[in-house]
Amino acid sequence: MAGISGAETKAKRIGWGLLNTVAVIYALVPVLWIVSLSFKSSATLTDGNFIPREWSFDNYRNIFATTEFIRALVNSIGIAVIATAIAVVFGTMAAYAIARLDFPGKRLLVGISLLIAMFPQISLVSPLFDIERALGLFDTWPGLILPYITFALPLAIYTLSAFFREIPWELEKAAKMDGATPAQAFQKVIAPLAAPGVFTTAILVFIFCWNDFLFAITLTSTEASRTVPAALSFFTGSSQFEDPAGSIAAAAVVITIPIILFVLFFQRRIVAGLTSGAVKG
Amino acid sequence: MAEIVLDKVTKRYPDGALAVQEVNLEIADGEFIILVGPSGCGKSTTLNMIAGLEDITDGELRIGGQRVNEKAPKDRDIAMVFQSYALYPHMTVKENMAFPLRLAKVDNATVEKKVKEAAEILDLSQHLERKPSNLSGGQRQRVAMGRAIVRSPKAFLMDEPLSNLDAKLRVQMRTSVSRLQKQLGTTTVYVTHDQTEAMTLGDRVVVMRGGVVQQIGAPQFLYDQPANLFVAGFIGSPSMNFVPATLENGALRSVIGDVTLTDRIRRLVESADAPREVILGIRPEHFEDAAIVEPAKLSAGGKFTSHVDVLESMGSDKYAYFNLTGEQAASAELQELAADAGSDDVPGDGISLVTRLSSASGAVEGEPADIWFDADKVQLFDPSSGKNLTYTER
Repeated sequence: MAGISGAETKAKRIGWGLLNTVAVIYALVPVLWIVSLSFKSSATLTDGNFIPREWSFDNYRNIFATTEFIRALVNSIGIAVIATAIAVVFGTMAAYAIARLDFPGKRLLVGISLLIAMFPQISLVSPLFDIERALGLFDTWPGLILPYITFALPLAIYTLSAFFREIPWELEKAAKMDGATPAQAFQKVIAPLAAPGVFTTAILVFIFCWNDFLFAITLTSTEASRTVPAALSFFTGSSQFEDPAGSIAAAAVVITIPIILFVLFFQRRIVAGLTSGAVKG
Repeated sequence: MAEIVLDKVTKRYPDGALAVQEVNLEIADGEFIILVGPSGCGKSTTLNMIAGLEDITDGELRIGGQRVNEKAPKDRDIAMVFQSYALYPHMTVKENMAFPLRLAKVDNATVEKKVKEAAEILDLSQHLERKPSNLSGGQRQRVAMGRAIVRSPKAFLMDEPLSNLDAKLRVQMRTSVSRLQKQLGTTTVYVTHDQTEAMTLGDRVVVMRGGVVQQIGAPQFLYDQPANLFVAGFIGSPSMNFVPATLENGALRSVIGDVTLTDRIRRLVESADAPREVILGIRPEHFEDAAIVEPAKLSAGGKFTSHVDVLESMGSDKYAYFNLTGEQAASAELQELAADAGSDDVPGDGISLVTRLSSASGAVEGEPADIWFDADKVQLFDPSSGKNLTYTER
């Protein structure tokens, strides 16, 4: 009996392992391909080898040699961080209100934010272009930060209100009874419990802002505010006959690094089920 | 420690719903008082108003002689134990219990000492470093109690603190809550929907219904002298039997037998100006198997004969259930009680009767039995107002 079930679990394990391997390979091959391209010299770029014959750091040297990429990197980091910070702060407040309070128009607010999240962004591009030019926001940091916040907020509100709803309200009452002011109750009880939600939301919003190409390409025109995804499309080779694919690949690798760092840094904080044990359930 | 006075305290919600209506209650220093009633009777709202978690619409609340209506919960110096315990999941047991002291900026040495004391009283010393998620229900409940007692507040408020425990543990914790309260001597307001907890724990019990206080008194007094049908039906388990009856020339006629009123009851009924049609209430223990009642007492009571529907032998007594033909006693209060007990949709015609007989009774299930009841123990109620016509302030 034990033998049979052991064989069964073994077969099962192999099955799952195979499936997982396929999924991982499927997801990682393009990434590895980009990494590989980034280490190839322009001569061997199209030789079709997965592992570069000769490793070259020229592409990296090239992109950091011009201000174009460095400037874009600064723009990307600045715009994404500011937009994330603002969206998370407002999103936290809005989500707390939605989860805890009953106020007139609550359903409407939730409905509208859902509507914004589902709105096809491409249809907003030309109106936004006109509006921003009229307001003098075109090709500035706020010109990108504002639309990013608009589209990140619904995401933040949705994620965070789900987290806040999981925190039992009685904890707040208990804190009040224990002698806490509303601010202390929020700071010492609610905030530590909501932290995983806030970090999760911050990661999602940051990635959204970081990866955006559509707004970045339409609402910027110079290095003043062009972010990396947009700047990549302006890369050229050292001569007009040279393929810039190597440089683009190197830049793509570079801009992936902050995301990985960001996720790794906050991942430790994302502990699911932190509220378990608060109340019977 | 302090006395708590509720002076015509009223709670009206913005939508106009009246949750609590003019509650007058004086809770003495060190008293253990129970607010009891079915769900939605306003007992938790009353407790929350004392706590400061809900605003008082009208009336005055005084703690230790001081008006506290406008004070925030933290300035009232009272501790509360919640039904869900509401422990802070990110803190250890020790941090949970120390939390109120930390907020009060108590120095470290005192915090350590007080938490240690509380942990010893509640037998939590070996769990101080654990998180609430690793504790059993009973342990969590004790941590919640610990958090309340560490800072020696003026009063404890407890909102159904035992209702999440399983039956056996609940009985055990009931005794320890009672012992703890006696030991600390702190004024305690305890909310429950369980009449057994109300009977066993409190110095005094407040029975509420629909936001209105029905009766306030010691548990035994409420049992013996319920002010109305609602209290009569709510207090006691199994609950009082109610049968429609007719008053006629000093005699009481009903399906459980006709009796002459005793002098005591006759006087009470006359002074209460009783109507002709009344509801007769009688507790299960006031019945007895007619075969074993002394002949002298037999004539001082009523008698009926019926088939025993179900017989439950408890060893010490026997519970005999009867189903008599006739109209059930009808009143709004009895209907509400049945709805609260969830028995309003149990099918069954006629009058069901629960009697507690001596274990010497020879009653047999399915066989007819002669059942006697004590005529001096009956309580008569006005069906329209629900008032107890035989009520006396003793």
